[in-house]
Amino acid sequence: MIVGKKRLGEMPANEITDHQVYLNRRQFLNGSATVATASLLPLSLAHAEMAPEPTFLNLQQSPHSSDDTLTSYDSVTSYNNFYEFGTDKASPAILATKFPDKSKPWRVTIEGECDKPGEYDYDDLIRPFTLEERIYRFRCVEGWSMVIPWVGFPLADLIKRAQPNSRAKYVEFTTLYDPKQMPGQSRKVLDWPYTEGLRIDEAMNPLTLLSVGLYGQELLGQNGAPIRLVVPWKYGFKSIKSIVNIRFVEEMPQSAWMKAGPREYGFYSNVNPDVDHPRWSQSKERRIGEFLKRKTEMFNGYGEDVAHLYTDLDLSKNF
Amino acid sequence: MSKIKIILFIVSLIPATWLVYALLTNQLGANPIEAITRETGLWALRFLWLTLLITPLRWLTGWNQLATLRRMLGLYVFFYALLHMLLYLWLDQFFDLNDIIKDIIKRPFITIGFFTFTALLPLVITSNNAMVKRLGGKRWKKLHQLTYFIAIASSVHFYMLVKQDKTEPLFYMALLVILFALRLYKKHQKPTTMASSLS
Repeated sequence: MIVGKKRLGEMPANEITDHQVYLNRRQFLNGSATVATASLLPLSLAHAEMAPEPTFLNLQQSPHSSDDTLTSYDSVTSYNNFYEFGTDKASPAILATKFPDKSKPWRVTIEGECDKPGEYDYDDLIRPFTLEERIYRFRCVEGWSMVIPWVGFPLADLIKRAQPNSRAKYVEFTTLYDPKQMPGQSRKVLDWPYTEGLRIDEAMNPLTLLSVGLYGQELLGQNGAPIRLVVPWKYGFKSIKSIVNIRFVEEMPQSAWMKAGPREYGFYSNVNPDVDHPRWSQSKERRIGEFLKRKTEMFNGYGEDVAHLYTDLDLSKNF
Repeated sequence: MSKIKIILFIVSLIPATWLVYALLTNQLGANPIEAITRETGLWALRFLWLTLLITPLRWLTGWNQLATLRRMLGLYVFFYALLHMLLYLWLDQFFDLNDIIKDIIKRPFITIGFFTFTALLPLVITSNNAMVKRLGGKRWKKLHQLTYFIAIASSVHFYMLVKQDKTEPLFYMALLVILFALRLYKKHQKPTTMASSLS
């Protein structure tokens, strides 16, 4: 009955429960709202909001998907850090409703140390790839986390097509810079445009995803439409949104947050309960919708797939 | 005056009432715990700024009875700060003493927040008339100048906890600078009135 509590198996989240049952769930929730709020405990129940009808159909389900309880669609689409649309969590959902401007083509440039650079329209960019659903834990550096059913494809698939050369040690990503569409950029809170980077082996890791949707829907503006990165073992800010440029480079790129606070934000920014941020203890996290905090896991619980990338690194220095 | 006091008492409860209502009706967003912790802290700060506004207002309006409102406003600072502190101890640390001590040592803004809260306690304890008498006006006044330290420390606490966009804490700091500047100006003008300005 309770969709959010369901373990998800082989099928995409939107196919497990049909639309009618979703609706019934809401009726159930409305009925139990008084109880839920009075006890204050099942915040997720009180917050659950039905996801709209899926637009991506027949998505392949991934063996990399987590079986954690999904965070409600409502929370995933209303509690966002996207400084391009304001520095509080609520602004992006309010200010990004018309983002990106559908009348303008979304162009993504792939360039740098690769044999097949190019500039693509969004549709051409994603056409060659098979979209799948991936349910990932998402841990923000601020100490909260979500579980999100992303729609996307492995970044590795795109990189293989671009054929990086031997000098391509890192990949740098850049968000759109357009203060007319992104009002937050008119204030210099960060050194716009937002940039992020991965080491090439991190970028090639099968967990690293380019996402174009969530909950079976196209990404909304506040979630980084139309295409964003998802790196589930790193803090959320590494998962750069609304990408317009992917560049293969030889030197380690400086991300926007590294420039803003080099002692607070490192290049790697792997989820690590043992390395505290000066503002936030990283040993625990609040899963959105849950009352009690839970222990944060090394690499956000993805150590099996990624720990081998860092065997030579002192992670307390390379935070 | 007593009517004004009753009104002020009720009005000062509005933020707390609103927070409880918003919490129960799910209007605090996806992370309500973070929201109520932040809001109670912010209201403690706002009430503190209001208590600091009373004296300059008296000078400007000549309405000396305003001073009798200051105690209630001060107690509301404590009320919201206590809620803020309890929410941190309970919903952030779940009363785990070990974690709390570690947190106070490790995170500078928590360290400052914690000591700022403790600094409120002697002021609350000595807030009734009997204690004013017992201490004597001069000593009482000296003790309550701790308020200035508390105001500075709480704005630093606010400044440090904000990740990147410092606009809001800077706004409150600017207001505090004005409140202090008014006092300095007054002191410069008529050094004698300051000493007699406290009950």
